[in-house]
Amino acid sequence: MTAFAVESCGLTKRFGRQVAVNAVDLAVPRGAVYGFLGPNGSGKTTTIRMLLGLIRPTSGGHALLGERMPGGAATVLPRVGALVEGPGFHPYLSGMDNLRRLDAADRTARAATADARIRAALDRVGLGAAAGKRFRAYSLGMRQRLALAAAMLASRDLLILDEPTNGLDPQGTREVRSLIGALAAEGATVLLSTHLLSEVEQVCSHVGVMHQGNLVAQSTLEDLRAEAAPRARVRTDRPADAARVLRELGLTEVTHDGDSATGVLGPVAPEKAVATLVHDGVPVSGFAVVAADLEEQFVALTGEGFDVSG
Amino acid sequence: MSAVEVAARPATGGVGVPFRFLRSELSLIARRRRNQAGLAVLAAVPIVIAIAVKVASPTSAGGGEGAPQFLSSISGNGLFVALAALALEIQLFLPIAVAALAGDAVAGEANVGTLRYLLTVPVHRTRLLAVKYAGIVAGAFIATATVAGTGLVAGLVLFGGGDVTLLSGTTIGMGEGLLRLLAICLYLTACLAALGAVGLFVSTLTEQPMGATIAIVMVNMLSWILGVIPQIDWLHPYLLTHWWENFGDLLRDPVAWDPVRHGLLSAAAYIVIFLSAAWARFGARDVTS
Ligand SMILES: Nc1ncnc2c1ncn2[C@@H]1O[C@H](COP(=O)(O)OP(=O)(O)O)[C@@H](O)[C@H]1O
Ligand SMILES: [Mg+2]
Repeated sequence: MTAFAVESCGLTKRFGRQVAVNAVDLAVPRGAVYGFLGPNGSGKTTTIRMLLGLIRPTSGGHALLGERMPGGAATVLPRVGALVEGPGFHPYLSGMDNLRRLDAADRTARAATADARIRAALDRVGLGAAAGKRFRAYSLGMRQRLALAAAMLASRDLLILDEPTNGLDPQGTREVRSLIGALAAEGATVLLSTHLLSEVEQVCSHVGVMHQGNLVAQSTLEDLRAEAAPRARVRTDRPADAARVLRELGLTEVTHDGDSATGVLGPVAPEKAVATLVHDGVPVSGFAVVAADLEEQFVALTGEGFDVSG
Repeated sequence: MSAVEVAARPATGGVGVPFRFLRSELSLIARRRRNQAGLAVLAAVPIVIAIAVKVASPTSAGGGEGAPQFLSSISGNGLFVALAALALEIQLFLPIAVAALAGDAVAGEANVGTLRYLLTVPVHRTRLLAVKYAGIVAGAFIATATVAGTGLVAGLVLFGGGDVTLLSGTTIGMGEGLLRLLAICLYLTACLAALGAVGLFVSTLTEQPMGATIAIVMVNMLSWILGVIPQIDWLHPYLLTHWWENFGDLLRDPVAWDPVRHGLLSAAAYIVIFLSAAWARFGARDVTS
């Protein structure tokens, strides 16, 4: 048994001349909640489709839960719950009947326990009351919840969830995040794709960053935070002078605005910076060392911003 | 939770109820309103035939030159309502019913996004095609049997039963007549199963079920059209629909087995070729719907 729940090697997908996913080496440790982060169109869904065997990689390969795919699909996929590119259900069947159909298709699922498992999954996503409604009458949020219920029909060792909070209201988003936490606490590995940095910060232990088909960073969230260079921020009524002093001290990326100046500390000790500022006659009304937030990290990695709202 | 529990589960082989997925597929087909409405239309045709014949000519044997097959025999025995209805509906209504089912089979699942979820359950692609095709064939048989059954009931109510006078002039008992009607239903199901195989293949080519259905109906019509152009009669025996109307040969005495055998062989060839094509196409296809 390998230590990785998802492992890929050089996974590549070309659509015509466009390279949607380029030599991605994923390594998702067992038990992790792995945030697969990237802006729209960066190749997350395409990667997930390859992981699940829906599309063939142009080159490269991967394993799920230690089994080579796609050869091991029949044995490994029953242990994998998946949500790919939004919900997909028969509109004229009820939520309950849609789940019955999926369960009936699963050769490893026990028919005798089907209704109990379906009920439990529906209750878990808060759809118990709407179980008998036709899918076409569901709101976007309810549809998303039904897709999550489908991913939890059986006990799973791995959940691959593609943008699971899409279309949910803030309350639903919180519920889904706590659901993911609960699944992880039960021992499942979760691969969660998202374009929301806040989502990764709130629920993930690991992160992989996609940018234009490339996996540009992959580590634990902690390591990534530690790499973030700390900045000094000086509050003063003479910000231009403060900025000059910081620059002379060797700080980099120094900027200033109406009432403060900041710069990346680098090897400079904060005490020394304060002492020099005071010594040079710059009045210091406040001084703080702030770690760069992850967003700045990712902007540095991908050269563009993320949608960090919600 | 999962690791232990999952390990205890058998990796392969059905658990509990056998053919669960096939049953689910059949109920999906049966519960769809569109299919129920279609079946009602199929059943209406023999009733209309029976009433029309009854009202138009209560005594004389109706149907002159050019009238559809079997129509003139109806007043003699109600069984012929079923045969006349089959002869009429095999030309367009039954093929449309099969085309609707087959068009939906793969393209319909792709269209609503359920295909990717079935495949990740996982359902092996070959198994999915097998279940889908079984659903189409079952639908074809139920459609044919519905036409025959409604025709039989309407005919018996309005015209009564009794001995059946065959086209060749000989007479058989009602029991054997019913047996031959069943054989005709099975023969037509085989013919429609060939169309269903073509349809299943077409359905793997697109994500638009309506488009697939229309294409399948057009294949069927094209076959009829080519079949009436005498200049290409060398082609006729190979056409999808060429042997369909030979179901009447099952009503001769003795039965004319040769055309029936040809019809079954032709259907088998179409089924083998187009199921293989569907398998080759769908097995390798990227599912991006
Ligand atoms: N079936 C397809 N055919 C052609 N291009 C595609 C297809 N699917 C995705 N792409 C392209 O691949 C890139 C990655 O898409 P996707 O994996 O959906 O991104 P994400 O899920 O990160 O938003 C996009 O540029 C998209 O246009
Ligand atoms: Mg996506």
